[in-house]
Amino acid sequence: MIQYILHRVLLMIPTVFGISILCFGIIQLPPGDFLTFYVAELSAQGESVPEAQIAQLERQYGLGRPWYVQYFLWMKNIITKGDFGRSFTWNKPVSDLIWDRIAFTMLITLLTVVFVWIVALFIGKYAATHQYSLGDYIATFFGFIGLAVPNFLLALLLLYYSLKLFGLSPAGLFSPEYQDAPWSVGKWIDLLAHLWIPIVILGTAGTAGAIRILRANLLDELHKPYVITARAKGVPERTLIWRYPVRVALNPFISTVGWTLPDLVSGSIIVSVVLNLPTTGPLLLGALLQQDMFLAGSFILLVSVLTVIGTLISDVLLAWLDPRIRFS
Amino acid sequence: MTATPHAATPSALPPVETPESQEDMRLLVAGQWQLMWWRFRKHKVAMVATAVSLLIYFVAVFAEFLAPLPRDHYAADYTFAPPQRIKLILEDEFGNREFHPHVLGYTVEIEAVALRRVFKPDPEQVIELGFFVDGLEEYRVLGIFPSRKHLFGPKDPTQPFYLFGADKLGQDLYSRLIFGTRISMTIGLVGVALSLIFGILLGGVSGLFGGTVDNIIQRTIEFFRAVPSIPLWMGLSAALPEDWDAIKRYFAITVILSILGWTGLARVVRGRFLSLREEDFVMSARLDGVAELGIILRYMLPSFLSHIIASVTLSIPGMILAETSLSFLGLGLRPPVVSWGVLLKDAQRVQVLATAPWLLIAAVPVIVSVLALNYVGDGLRDAADPYSR
Repeated sequence: MIQYILHRVLLMIPTVFGISILCFGIIQLPPGDFLTFYVAELSAQGESVPEAQIAQLERQYGLGRPWYVQYFLWMKNIITKGDFGRSFTWNKPVSDLIWDRIAFTMLITLLTVVFVWIVALFIGKYAATHQYSLGDYIATFFGFIGLAVPNFLLALLLLYYSLKLFGLSPAGLFSPEYQDAPWSVGKWIDLLAHLWIPIVILGTAGTAGAIRILRANLLDELHKPYVITARAKGVPERTLIWRYPVRVALNPFISTVGWTLPDLVSGSIIVSVVLNLPTTGPLLLGALLQQDMFLAGSFILLVSVLTVIGTLISDVLLAWLDPRIRFS
Repeated sequence: MTATPHAATPSALPPVETPESQEDMRLLVAGQWQLMWWRFRKHKVAMVATAVSLLIYFVAVFAEFLAPLPRDHYAADYTFAPPQRIKLILEDEFGNREFHPHVLGYTVEIEAVALRRVFKPDPEQVIELGFFVDGLEEYRVLGIFPSRKHLFGPKDPTQPFYLFGADKLGQDLYSRLIFGTRISMTIGLVGVALSLIFGILLGGVSGLFGGTVDNIIQRTIEFFRAVPSIPLWMGLSAALPEDWDAIKRYFAITVILSILGWTGLARVVRGRFLSLREEDFVMSARLDGVAELGIILRYMLPSFLSHIIASVTLSIPGMILAETSLSFLGLGLRPPVVSWGVLLKDAQRVQVLATAPWLLIAAVPVIVSVLALNYVGDGLRDAADPYSR
């Protein structure tokens, strides 16, 4: 097992390296660098920047030197000091801006995975045990709709209807009175009251896929001899289904997290823009539109790396659940 | 390729020819494409979806004719004018009812508090509609034949006609949706064509040579699949130079979308190559001394072409959704180019949505086309292997 984990971690290194190169490429793509923007911004406000400060920033980020030197310095600063560069629009170090946003993104994504699993488990089990029933058809139909409707559209529809029916907007993660309040029990409850909206919206597409997978797998299992044996021995039907075939059919849930996770992270970014959540989405979009590239690049880097780590964890979980994978 | 006609020579058949055995006979001698068509035809939903998809592409081709107004026509007097209802029966002052399709013009009041314009239908202003009416401007059908005719519209083209309402510039949403069809549907096609070239090249190389090359390409594919797509697309399209014109931007966006799009197709191609390499007919061709390229083009390509077509169809919806998302965020296509995503961008703010909920209608064609293409792809995938059952 430890050997398997080590092997997987080693395989992850080139991926993370590739991501960092890609993000650095995105940072470098627009003409000019953040220092020219920064200086231009300040001189537009009638302030001048001391020469010494410019020189110091230039040295710190290796500006004006070949790209690989800049890349190396960027990486070195991240790994040794946790310094992702400077955001010129906010005039703050990037690391001051991103962490709580990333944390909310991860929180929403993880809760969505759990939501998708629970919903898909019950609906998929129902659809498989009641094959070709009305409920099965309804589940399949909603599955297709869930796949076809982009989740930002769902978010828009939800915004519109809650505005029209209740006269309030469900945007954000906190009610105004808790926005800047310190963490308390009340704030947590308020957060949970807002959090389910993005989770349900994000979960629809994933749920649709997961229901189809669980249904197909469970249908394969239901007619296997061990199910018939258990039934012949008089195991109650409900216990039988939950204890044996469902457990076997659950494996793909974990093995497919690898490719649902990137989709969920992608979806959460665009849904957050619509619902104006304090996650990566709005800040990343703003940074990209302003060409605040250090901020944008760092977001993309962190979100991607965390997604890869999430995938790794799901692979390890799967290997722990299913010994066949470890030894093949 | 396995259904050989030799097995069904007349002498091998039972002497009595019932309709059933004629049916069997037809199945045995039918070609691969014939079999696929028969299988596809049975999938009723896929047939309907094919009709819908073809209709949508027809709209894309003849947009100028189908849209009552030119793409960029605007009227500041009708900012956020609500949709009009088409009425078929017109009652004149003597109470005679006659068949006259028409819509009602607007009266405008200014709301005292919000200083907002409120449009109400005005029964006094009857705007007659007709088929094949002359429009405002001359356009060219397929870019060649000049014409002024539109499928339907107001008989007097200067009168307001807003079937789906107007946007913030008083532009007709219905006409713009039709023009948006062109961009949204073709960006899927062009993007998939590009992905297909990359996919076939890299997937083919990967499946054909195997070994280290295969390993490198597979790792690359895994890498691209592990990265969340939206942030990457956002980053790349935000880096496009601001001064690029519409055409350049359009192609740049398709290239960006296919950077991730090729991976899925490459996987399909590689998988087919690997499984076909072991087939008997490939082996016998090789023993006959057919050159490698000849084997690929003449023997392998026909048998995996159907799978490729199915996968290609299934990847168009993803492209359409991606373009819509990017344009919605303001990072994809930009006005004056009209796509469904560009139209939806106007609906991004809740305040706008509250005044003009009809802007959301741009979501309908997105959902319909994505569903239709998904069903077509599903049907094709089931039909692609006619010998499977």
